Amino acid sequence: MKRNSTFSNRNALKLALIAIACFALAGFAWKGGVTIEPVDGSVVNEQTIETAPNPAAAMAAFNEAAKVFFSARCANCHPASDVPTQGDNFTPHAQGVTRGKEGKGVYGMKCNTCHQDQNLEGDHMPPGVPNWHMPPADQKMVFQGLTAGQLCRQLKNPKMNGGRKTPKEAIHHLEEDPLVTWAWTPGDGRSVPPISYEEFMKQMNAWVANGAACPE
Amino acid sequence: MTAKTELDRRSFLKATLVAGGSLVFGLHLPSKSRAEERFGIAEPAVAAFQPNAFIKIAPDGKVTVTVGQSEMGQGVLTSLPMIVAEDLDVDFANVMYEQAPADKAFANPMMGTMVTGGSSSVKMFFAPLRKASAAAREMLVAAAAQQWGVPAESCRVAKGEVFHPTSRRAAKYGTLLDAASKLTPPAEPKLKDAKDFKIIGKPMKRLDTPAKVNGTGIFAIDVKVPGMLTASILRCPYMGGKVGRVDEAEAKAVKGVRAVVTLGDGVGIVADNYWSAKKGRDALTVEWDKGPNPNLSSDGIYKMFADGANNDKGLVAKKTDDLAGAKSKAAKTVEAVYWSPFLAHATMEPMTFVADVRKDSAEVWGGVQAQMMVAQVVGKTAGVPADKVKVNTTLLGGGFGRRFEMDYVIDGTLLSKAVGKPVKVIWTREDDMQGDQYRPATYNKMSAGLDASGNPVFWHHRVVNDAIMARLGPGFGFELKPDQLDDSAFEGAHNLPYDLGQMQIDWVRKDTGVPVGFWRSVGSSHTAFSTECFVDELAHAAGKDPLAFRLATLAKHPRHAGALKLAAEKAGWGKPLPKGMGRGIAVHESFGSYVAQVAEVSVDNDGHVRVHRVVIACDCGQVVNPDTVAAQMEGGMVYGLTAALYGEITLKDNRVEQRNFYDYKMLRMNEMPKCEVHIVPSNEKHGGVGEPGTPPIAPAVVNAIFAATGKRIRSLPIRPEELKQA
Amino acid sequence: MTRLSVNRKAYEVEADPNTPLLWVIRDDCGLTGTKFGCGVAQCGSCTVHLDGEARRSCVTPLKAAVGKEVTTIEGLSPDSTHALQKAWIEVDVPQCGYCQSGQIMSAVILLKENKKPTDADIDAAMSGIVCRCGTYNRIRDAIKKAAMNGGAK
Repeated sequence: MKRNSTFSNRNALKLALIAIACFALAGFAWKGGVTIEPVDGSVVNEQTIETAPNPAAAMAAFNEAAKVFFSARCANCHPASDVPTQGDNFTPHAQGVTRGKEGKGVYGMKCNTCHQDQNLEGDHMPPGVPNWHMPPADQKMVFQGLTAGQLCRQLKNPKMNGGRKTPKEAIHHLEEDPLVTWAWTPGDGRSVPPISYEEFMKQMNAWVANGAACPE
Repeated sequence: MTAKTELDRRSFLKATLVAGGSLVFGLHLPSKSRAEERFGIAEPAVAAFQPNAFIKIAPDGKVTVTVGQSEMGQGVLTSLPMIVAEDLDVDFANVMYEQAPADKAFANPMMGTMVTGGSSSVKMFFAPLRKASAAAREMLVAAAAQQWGVPAESCRVAKGEVFHPTSRRAAKYGTLLDAASKLTPPAEPKLKDAKDFKIIGKPMKRLDTPAKVNGTGIFAIDVKVPGMLTASILRCPYMGGKVGRVDEAEAKAVKGVRAVVTLGDGVGIVADNYWSAKKGRDALTVEWDKGPNPNLSSDGIYKMFADGANNDKGLVAKKTDDLAGAKSKAAKTVEAVYWSPFLAHATMEPMTFVADVRKDSAEVWGGVQAQMMVAQVVGKTAGVPADKVKVNTTLLGGGFGRRFEMDYVIDGTLLSKAVGKPVKVIWTREDDMQGDQYRPATYNKMSAGLDASGNPVFWHHRVVNDAIMARLGPGFGFELKPDQLDDSAFEGAHNLPYDLGQMQIDWVRKDTGVPVGFWRSVGSSHTAFSTECFVDELAHAAGKDPLAFRLATLAKHPRHAGALKLAAEKAGWGKPLPKGMGRGIAVHESFGSYVAQVAEVSVDNDGHVRVHRVVIACDCGQVVNPDTVAAQMEGGMVYGLTAALYGEITLKDNRVEQRNFYDYKMLRMNEMPKCEVHIVPSNEKHGGVGEPGTPPIAPAVVNAIFAATGKRIRSLPIRPEELKQA
Repeated sequence: MTRLSVNRKAYEVEADPNTPLLWVIRDDCGLTGTKFGCGVAQCGSCTVHLDGEARRSCVTPLKAAVGKEVTTIEGLSPDSTHALQKAWIEVDVPQCGYCQSGQIMSAVILLKENKKPTDADIDAAMSGIVCRCGTYNRIRDAIKKAAMNGGAK
């Protein structure tokens, strides 16, 4: 986690992009069905595509990367409701924690009331990185309950991804936000996403390089 | 000087003028121990003429009541002074409490020793404190009358002042102390008429609240003693296990660690402060002897209990003459198995004790529920006479029966003795969760029968569990024999009030090896669940309204019926509820109080239960502080509701699986139901209030779930999986 | 040595910078109003303020408090006259009292940020603090009473 020192706390919208970092398997829609339906306002800037578009390859890459987005480490803070979840079985966060307008909790129940700048030793200790938080209320960047396709379209939608105009921009923060890389160093007693960070970034880059097509 | 008088056959009052000019009234009360009452075991008689409650009046008129009972939230530091203030006739604003030292003088008359438990404080101290206070008042009046040369009968008192209306003279109590101390206390002082009460029965502000809102209240964990070290103990997690090999090198290397002390069932780290002790403890490597029963598990215990219910004869706790006949004639028979799990107390303040063991004496500080036993245990452990042990009682960060135990007392004493310095031992939450004396898990095999008209004809309840007194008996100097009943295992079941025809209650004792102890409301904590749910099942089997069915079989128990009717009326029993909601009712008597509760619940599609509202009606006899009664009823309900929704201690490989609040969940603000408490007006003798609020809530909620969903929960805690919509 | 400011008083403490603030406050500063309940940020008895924000001091390392102002229950008011303390006494909230420092310190943040909290606001703000005695409804009443009486002071 500490390997990334370029983190800055410029704006909360960046958060929304973290969303991109984490989602589940293609065709792996959440039980209980879709809770949000992103508007597909995505704009793919052809100039950013570095190789010839290959929708099948892009979709395959995204489906693989989506396993990370949908993993508990990422999706727990990207719920459809305003209550984050915890644990590998997505249990509603104890203590009745809620999102708050800025995604930082409310009153004496803010994220940093408990979550520190680093993980603490021991099972069930609050995990931490600087500025631990959820997506803000106006751009919730929901991961839970979506299909890979819905997630993909949400990531590309500047109205939902914090104003990132291109898929490349949209994935840029995956490289610099410690909240993203935290998923692979989550502290004692927590599982990590099913594929490595390197593999994840490789797939996300492949998705962009192949034209950033979204799975159905 | 000291004067004394006989207040009744066995209690005495003494009035003594002490340094500073205060007048101290001491009282001696007769005693009978619980052990003696239950098991016929005599304890040494309490020495006569020793005062066991003190009333101190200072020259400025301030009254201090020395309270021997421990304050664990139940309000005893307020209710006992209220009793004194009433008959002494002083302004309650001038009354304060002081915590008593450990001394037989303060023995709980029911127990013969200092014990705060069994919801007994007001019950035990009401009459004697009133009499002592009235006698004190009469002495003050007599002193004034003497000075004025008027008959005492012509004087009046109010708010700490004696008046002679005819001559318009007045004297404050504080000016009469010297004269009063020279008088002989009256043998039969006249108690105030209840209709003249100004304090008893009125909601009074708690005297201990101010110290609890600014951080000045002192709990055991807050005690500071010069030269004190702090300790943490890595305890053997296996039941009955012991320390094997210890590697203490790394622990000793931790900065601030002063000593590593191997105890039988744990390794103590004594350090300059808590965090050093904790770090030292974390650095320890210990191999454990896993105890006599390394495979003990919850599943195994359940099977053992089920087998006992089906195959063991057990002991008969109550029996009418012809159960078999009634069984054979029943038109309809209902059968069910009810299960209650082991539960932890989980007081908010983890177990903490401070001991300063010296060569010939010891001084200790703790939130304890049995001070004199503490003195004995400390004395024995430290090798000093018990009468050389000074016990200081702090506030208790929750009691619930847990601080009746001596394990943490022994911890602190052993460590102080080992290092020759005062030591504060602080348990971690995990130590507390895994090293508790648990509410016994209980298996209930139940059957009941109805005749063709739906009238009950028999009730057969077999209770299977551990015996608390089998473990605690030796501490009282006796052993629970195999043919001996321990009524704490089935209380509430064998005295079920309903007339249900032929009745038999059996008890099958099983010794699991799990340490079991008193948990708020003891046996009633599980018997209310099994009996009140099964009665509900029987009512439905008879096609009758659960309230009507209960009332029809309670003809001989008007106080149960009265509480039920009041709760039902206030809750709007029978009135329609929004779709998806259900209402459930239960009533249970414990510790002399009759408590009925109506719960309104809903169950969502995932099976999660939400309790929206709880209406409580209690008949606890004559009430001292109705605000405390309301608080205790509500708090007791929350304790029981938390257990019903979440509480479960499970065992695997001879150790407890739960560790902290993340896996032993507590009810929180966002789950708290609305709650109203209604008190049945009563002049009956006092019932307890600390515990009786706990038992009825689990059955009330489970019965409400049945009303809402048609699903019958028979095993606690309530599991969403069982209620999930298919 | 680490410099620390608690209730506007400067302390120099020897504790390791990773020591939980709770134990520094209690053992080094000698302020015992802040309580230990679970050690894993589950119960909230240890809640204090760090530059006016609530913190579970049992999981907050000492180093995180350096250069900031720590406020504990002892520093809330010199004479128990904070509106919440007064309301707590008026409603007679506490039973055993052990969790109440954490409850009050949490409620202070709520009223600082919301002058007229609804029941839902109180749920969201207060569900982090466990009260084993079950005083939640009185806590709710006291918060509303304090809000009516002007909140912060």
